[in-house]
Amino acid sequence: MAFTKDQRDRLTERAAQVIARYPQPRSALLPLLYLVQAEEGYVSPDGIAFCAEQLGLSEADVSGVMSYYTMFKSKPVGEYHVGVCTNTLCAVLGGDGIYSELREHLGTEGEEPTGDGKVSLERVECNAGCDYAPVMMVNWEFFDNMTPRTARQLVDDLRDGQPVAPTRGAPRLVTWREASQILAGFPDDQATGGHTAGAPSLAGLRIAKENGWTPTDDGEPQ
Amino acid sequence: MTTVLTPELTAHWDEPDSFTLAGYRRAGGYRALPRALAMNPDDIIAMVKESGLRGRGGAGFPTGMKWGFIPQGDGKPHYLVINADESEPGTCKDIPTMLANPHALIEGAVIASFAIRAQRAFIYVRGEVLHVIRRLHHAVAEAYEAGYLGKNILGSGFDLDIVVHAGAGAYECGEETALLDSLEGHRGQPRLKPPFPAVAGLYACPTVVNNVESIASVPYIVGRGSAAFAAMGTEKSKGFGIFSLSGHVTTPGQYEAPLGVTLRELLSLAGGIRAGHQLKFWTPGGSSTPIFTAEHLDVPLDFESVGAAGSMLGTRALQVFDETTCVVRATLRWMEFYRHESCGKCTPCREGTFWTVQVLRDLEAGRGTEADLDKLLDICDNILGRAFCPFGDGAVSPVMSSIKHFRDEYVEHVKRGGCPVDPAASALFAAEVGGAR
Repeated sequence: MAFTKDQRDRLTERAAQVIARYPQPRSALLPLLYLVQAEEGYVSPDGIAFCAEQLGLSEADVSGVMSYYTMFKSKPVGEYHVGVCTNTLCAVLGGDGIYSELREHLGTEGEEPTGDGKVSLERVECNAGCDYAPVMMVNWEFFDNMTPRTARQLVDDLRDGQPVAPTRGAPRLVTWREASQILAGFPDDQATGGHTAGAPSLAGLRIAKENGWTPTDDGEPQ
Repeated sequence: MTTVLTPELTAHWDEPDSFTLAGYRRAGGYRALPRALAMNPDDIIAMVKESGLRGRGGAGFPTGMKWGFIPQGDGKPHYLVINADESEPGTCKDIPTMLANPHALIEGAVIASFAIRAQRAFIYVRGEVLHVIRRLHHAVAEAYEAGYLGKNILGSGFDLDIVVHAGAGAYECGEETALLDSLEGHRGQPRLKPPFPAVAGLYACPTVVNNVESIASVPYIVGRGSAAFAAMGTEKSKGFGIFSLSGHVTTPGQYEAPLGVTLRELLSLAGGIRAGHQLKFWTPGGSSTPIFTAEHLDVPLDFESVGAAGSMLGTRALQVFDETTCVVRATLRWMEFYRHESCGKCTPCREGTFWTVQVLRDLEAGRGTEADLDKLLDICDNILGRAFCPFGDGAVSPVMSSIKHFRDEYVEHVKRGGCPVDPAASALFAAEVGGAR
């Protein structure tokens, strides 16, 4: 389905803002792919054509870049896209069990969404939260220290429309499309809310304080 | 007991507004910047050289030397690109740093850009960390408003713009030349070096690519002096760094300490291995660094000592596994990661990671033979040193080191026709599953 005129006007205006950030237009390609993904929930052939047109590239060129990166989806995913880390550390600490539990519980295949369009599932690689393992992501927000039970509850809540907040992230969990918009470089207003550091992030600092190991003088530079 | 932890970058993460400009200033932030802007840029480079700071992204290249390679007076634009694509399995230090203390990165970026005469900087952050990306945009906006970014910064005549750029899920983009290709809007695949980025980097212009923690350490060096930084650490591995403990430890988390601390010391602070269990193997610096065992507990975690003991300091990503973990399973999962993430440019890496996974799957399932071990080592031999970038060298690390330390466990899989270890026993919620089902 081609973009409507309204959609196209809005996308074109935003695309111009993105392109203006960079010394060379082609650097805007990844953010532009996020921009069209925010519009349609995935990168459609129309989305690819739009990016190509904005940057003066061929559709084949854009498609070749898009298909290299796993965060761009060529088919619709759920409103809440769930990732379970099954890289070694999370897998060993329980990620394998969580993934198989969710796969069975949701009854979906690949990255297809549930029938209500709410939830899709994928394995993700290390998401840099190893001290919070096993880690899950929903729309690229952290859900830390998960178990099969809490994972099942999480996807049930997402499907039931219950309020869900990341364990380390923004106060409000955004949708897949909203997340893509942020990734295109148009952040929402949640930066100052939510979490700053969980207990593992503070583990060393806490011990240092208990032992009186203070940082070097914070005073004016010598 | 001597002081082993030195919270500097992490010192204020427990304050609820540590990520704001106000919070960072209260903690002494943005005091190094005016001092730097009053200096000759070459003197800043010399200062960073004297501090002994080495790249915190894994390779450990001296940061000041990297800056010094940028040709001056060449008439071309220069760029600073911050590698915030933290994706090496086990590595989890830059993400919490940017979540809690993004202004240290911004202040360091302004100082570094001034030193190398760059007027544009990019923060290439992995895409899968939405709240970190919000915090970076917010910190950049605050810094513009306060006059730390933009035109004529603090009246110095120096201009700098910073763009936050989100990656899109490709481990390979953590390699600096692949990162540059990605930032230019291409598939993130490595470039042949030379020319190095210092000569022909972003848009073929002189470019410095530095890790988040390296740049975030710069305000400390400029503010307190290179001698204060060099007073910490060991002879050739100076300063402090964040050590990330994860896995089967009582208190996993971030521990900031001088380089040269040992895993034994860190474990003693972290409450040791989880109750009732023993250390089996660990990575000193992520999955691309050969694994260690209990016999390496006292190896000083600095670049030289870890290298001499047969591994690499890498990113100080200490992934710790106890005796419930099957080393074949762990190795297989790491290889599945490398197979998935190989960019496909070089045949030895693309094909080698694929075949290694096939052989390891057979071995883990008990369908392998002892000859498969030699086959694995042979494939590794054909990957090691035969690819453009260090990805291939990293990919063979878990295979070669696990066979070196745990050949008997591989052989046991062959003899028993299956895995001798119960995978459920390694999970943190073993009791819950047993009870709930």
